[in-house]
Amino acid sequence: MKSTIIEVINLKKDFYVGDVTVRALKGINLKIEQGEFVAIMGASGSGKSTMLNILGCLDKPTSGEYKLDGVSVSQLNKNELAHLRNEKLGFVFQSYNLLSRTSALENVELPLFYNSHVKSKERKERAIAALESVGLADRMHHMPNQLSGGQQQRVAIARSLVNDPVVILADEATGNLDTRTSYEIMELFQRLNTDEGKTIVFVTHEPDIARLTSRNIIFRDGWVTKEQLVTDKVLASEMLKALPLVEHEG
Amino acid sequence: MNYTNLLKIAKNALMRNKFRAFLTMLGIIIGVASVIAMLAIGQGSKKSIQDQMSSMGSNLVFIMPGSQQRGGIQMGNSSSQVLKLTDVDAIRVNCRDITAVSPEVRTSGQAVFGNSNWPTSLYGGNIQYFGIKKIEVESGRIFTDLEISSLAKVCLIGKTVIKNILPKGTDPIGQTIRFKNIPMKVIGVLGEKGENSFGQDQDDLLIAPYTTVQRRFLAIDYVQGIYTSAVSEEKTQDAISELQTVMRKQHKILKPEDDDFRVMSQSELIKTFSSISDILTTLLGAIAGISLLVGGIGIMNIMYVSVTERTREIGLRMSIGGKGIDILMQFLIESTMLSVVGGLIGIGLGYLISSVIGSLMGWPVVIMTQSVVLSFLVCAAIGIFFGWYPAKKASNLNPIDALRYE
Repeated sequence: MKSTIIEVINLKKDFYVGDVTVRALKGINLKIEQGEFVAIMGASGSGKSTMLNILGCLDKPTSGEYKLDGVSVSQLNKNELAHLRNEKLGFVFQSYNLLSRTSALENVELPLFYNSHVKSKERKERAIAALESVGLADRMHHMPNQLSGGQQQRVAIARSLVNDPVVILADEATGNLDTRTSYEIMELFQRLNTDEGKTIVFVTHEPDIARLTSRNIIFRDGWVTKEQLVTDKVLASEMLKALPLVEHEG
Repeated sequence: MNYTNLLKIAKNALMRNKFRAFLTMLGIIIGVASVIAMLAIGQGSKKSIQDQMSSMGSNLVFIMPGSQQRGGIQMGNSSSQVLKLTDVDAIRVNCRDITAVSPEVRTSGQAVFGNSNWPTSLYGGNIQYFGIKKIEVESGRIFTDLEISSLAKVCLIGKTVIKNILPKGTDPIGQTIRFKNIPMKVIGVLGEKGENSFGQDQDDLLIAPYTTVQRRFLAIDYVQGIYTSAVSEEKTQDAISELQTVMRKQHKILKPEDDDFRVMSQSELIKTFSSISDILTTLLGAIAGISLLVGGIGIMNIMYVSVTERTREIGLRMSIGGKGIDILMQFLIESTMLSVVGGLIGIGLGYLISSVIGSLMGWPVVIMTQSVVLSFLVCAAIGIFFGWYPAKKASNLNPIDALRYE
């Protein structure tokens, strides 16, 4: 029995720029089940980033309902939101956002520093396990500047996994990477989704990346204009094989 | 959020930029070191003055001739001839808070032995003079009552005079030296006292019975000072008022304004000099304190820059669950660590500077625990105070904007 991880009901978000009210989200209804791999697509200005911020508990809706893993988020205050982010969410950013001059291991440990229930021994063990699951066990003590872009993003993914979140939110996570590395990262996401049952929400504007997920939600002008299951789901590993062989950076 | 984690986070953040952290601390290090060193030197000079003066007897109370008026003309202090031997006797009889009293007369001139000579001072006192002024007799003896009453030509000799006029290896006792052309037999050697805090050589003197100095050398019937010992240091104030009463009665003075003498105590002098030294210490400390303040502003500056520079880091920390208070505490702990570690290094450096200066210049150095504790607390306060604004700024960042910050 799969449970609903994300439920959004008639959610609206307005921004006030001077006297002008910008209606970024005009009434969104969404439902994401456990174990889904969803791509949120849309052009810039479509409201997909605003949606992701709200889904990530970084921002609050103007009106409407958002339930994350059964918790109604709309009524929570800043500190409760921070707590929720720490316990239930994992973020992967376009620009990795790793701490410089900090080893991969410490970067991955970071979310657990903000969880007072995790002792330092457990923190380290979980960080090592997360790094192993993204295939970077041998790069644990490297600094970000000693890692390639793809490896840095893997560290970031390990960091998003370490607190065992109910959903991973990825914001253009392949945006800074070349095609081959993008597919490698997507392969990792697909594996996390199918093998480990992770729920993933992936914001992108690239259709060929969206094809690697299981469901696409398309935003336009603050509305969800289209929602479709990916019928011809492709495996990233096959896409990789199809790519012409080039020297491999990573 | 537990504090061990916060401490670790702040420590890791600082260690990421060690050189900058060190440069930031440098302001505090220099500030604290100079505060410690300045206070140590100031306190040292105070202590040395105090020690010197108490070595002359902290219960010492003495009477000097004051200015007197004759027919409306102020005569000044030094020419005054108002202190008489009868005053000394009256004090001995009437003052209960006084344990010893001696007149003092003095003159200066050349001391001669063989073909050597040396300019020095001859002091005259009675038997109690030595006890009152804490002058020790190293060898030989002091003069007797008989020698006082017979105006005996005997003297005790200070180390500096011995060094300058007697041939090396000569036992001074029994030798006859000449002072102002009058032969004097040396009956004792005075213990060495060294220089006092004003650089005056306290071993450059001769001491003889006051009668000898008064009659044979100066041909006067007055005395130039009266030295007394109060029962104890605490009793000096009582002794002073007692002396004033007795002296006024002796000199038939009704109003204190008309006093032709001045009563002073060593403890008062100590207080006066100590307060001068305190002013000096405060001044030095204040200047050093300013450099500490500048160091604090340096921390604020760096923390402020650091918040701007690390905006994305702050955004990330917030997105993975850092609360505003966690961010605030992190930056506050960072700035406090900088100032406290800087302060500790500064205290160490201050110790070092103090002792180096102390041993190089021969100054006494007293490092007071209070000044160490105080500057340490000031450091911690500086870290919190100057760290607060940047930390507050960091904690108020909006995570969405912070994450997108370029």
